[in-house]
Amino acid sequence: MIVLDHTLRTVALGSATLGLLAGMLGAFAVLRRQSLLGDAVSHAALPGIVLAFMLTGAKTPLVLMVGAALAGWAASLLVMLIVRTTRVKTDTALGLVLSVFFGGGMVLMSVVQRSAGAGQAGLESFLFGQAAAMLSDDLITMAVLGGVVLLVLTLLWKEFKLLSFDPAFAGALGLPVRVLDVALTTLLVIAIVTGLQTVGVVLMSALIVAPAAAARQWTDRLGVLVLLSGFFGAVSGLAGAVLSSVVPRLPTGPTIILVVTSITVLSLFLAPRRGLLAAEVRRWRQRRELVADHVLADLFRLCSQHDDPTAAPHGTEVLQAMSPRAGVRRSLEHLAQRGLVIAVDGGWTLTADGLTAGHRLVHGGEA
Amino acid sequence: MSHAVSVNDLTVAYRERPVLWDIDLDVPSGKLMAIMGPNGAGKTTLIKAILGLVPTAAGAVEIHGKAYAENRHLVGYVPQRGSVDWDFPTTVLDVVMMGRYGALGWLRRPGRREREQAMSALTKVGMDDFATRQISELSGGQQQRVFLARALVQDAQVYFMDEPFQGVDARTERAIIDLLKELREQGRTVVVVHHDLQTVTEYFDWVTLLNVRRIASGPVDTTFTDENLRLAYGGRVEFLQRQAPADPAPDDDSTAGYGRIRP
Repeated sequence: MIVLDHTLRTVALGSATLGLLAGMLGAFAVLRRQSLLGDAVSHAALPGIVLAFMLTGAKTPLVLMVGAALAGWAASLLVMLIVRTTRVKTDTALGLVLSVFFGGGMVLMSVVQRSAGAGQAGLESFLFGQAAAMLSDDLITMAVLGGVVLLVLTLLWKEFKLLSFDPAFAGALGLPVRVLDVALTTLLVIAIVTGLQTVGVVLMSALIVAPAAAARQWTDRLGVLVLLSGFFGAVSGLAGAVLSSVVPRLPTGPTIILVVTSITVLSLFLAPRRGLLAAEVRRWRQRRELVADHVLADLFRLCSQHDDPTAAPHGTEVLQAMSPRAGVRRSLEHLAQRGLVIAVDGGWTLTADGLTAGHRLVHGGEA
Repeated sequence: MSHAVSVNDLTVAYRERPVLWDIDLDVPSGKLMAIMGPNGAGKTTLIKAILGLVPTAAGAVEIHGKAYAENRHLVGYVPQRGSVDWDFPTTVLDVVMMGRYGALGWLRRPGRREREQAMSALTKVGMDDFATRQISELSGGQQQRVFLARALVQDAQVYFMDEPFQGVDARTERAIIDLLKELREQGRTVVVVHHDLQTVTEYFDWVTLLNVRRIASGPVDTTFTDENLRLAYGGRVEFLQRQAPADPAPDDDSTAGYGRIRP
């Protein structure tokens, strides 16, 4: 029974927790157009991890996570600093910081590996994650971090909402915008660092952006968005962990990312209102109404030549001749469903409602 | 009686280039004042500097006789409509309630009282039917009304509004100016970044002409003169008066060409 497997339970719970955190904080990052910040922070964490190992010689997750958090945090502050003090724009600053930190991390890593031998190869697992290495202790660390993040998010909810929507107004109200900005970014860094061990620095940004992008498709409320985004993240973590334990040789981190990407793609297509499919259906409906209006107007012109326009059936062929396009017959059936036309003696004529509607189409205004 | 707004020696520089140079400004209480000037004159920056939203190189701001920080609660703000993402997942009512966040303080959430205040402000701007609407469904004029409602719930004594007439239809413009005049009647002070030279005398009783420096400030009758306009707008003023600027871009770093100052 897989549910009883202790390792799997640990990995699944851990992955779900990190998915939850990444999803919730990712929602804010996406709304504040800082999706790339997650990417920069997670890549920037690498030198922190390696440096933490070099300085302490320990491979304890907690130590490495602190190193990752410090480096990620320093990177995000550096981005803010560059944007504020130079002409460099945010996207460029993010790219700059990301590549410099990540490159530095790779260099440090090769230094460690050369000097310390194959024994330290474990650090490499931080590139793409290694969920199987997760221990119960790590789970406790994650739970505590997650609790802190949720608590701060709840306490500062309205401030974070205003900061995300209208920072200038927040500043005018006297809110310490910069402090809040740093606080929210710090929470994001915590969420990212939590996921590094499982998903790795390279793929972590997907877990920040994808659940939020998916959730945005389904709701127009910030509260629902954040919860749904967290839910999508958690489900992805859980599903990824279970899938990779069922299918042999399937790595957990990348599987999680594939699951969350699938959720996002489905959401982009299927969501009501914002989904691509819904938009297509809307367009199709509009076209159908337009064609139907056209046919109705034609029939009105024909019928209104008679004394009683509601008892003057005309054949489908006539209407087809008037608008030589496909769909006249279907339009007539659609109009009949709406009660505007009626089939009489093998032809079509207007109903009383149809007469009014036709008059409005042809002459404008009320009949 | 002290001035509602008192600005002393305010200077804002973007890099080495001054965007605002040594601005002195006194706005008496209960006035409806327009801030006018060509693009890049620093109108938006002036408001933001007064509100402490951009770093200043020098200067001090007083609101009703006290330092800005002390009397911040007397100040209301309507930012440019285009400064926020209107696809943000929230409702009209929610946005209006944000006007109470400052008074609410930390850890307290908006409740029934805030909702009622927001609803009555929405009624005032004729948007009460839209309370539960998603803000992405609003037209430009409706967005502007929502921002005004948010400022109304701030219940401020001094309002700063950045181009509230930008891109709204004639009916909304009428409604907004009526509202501003009502605020003035209640003894409040309203400072508005304005673009349309044609409507200044009709809408406002006080005007500040700005072009990096303060060109002139005072009652519309004596301040809104051809001479001052020429000083603020340069030689283009006749053209401007014939044809009011249609779509002025928001102020940014486009100060080039206007009043480069050599200290």
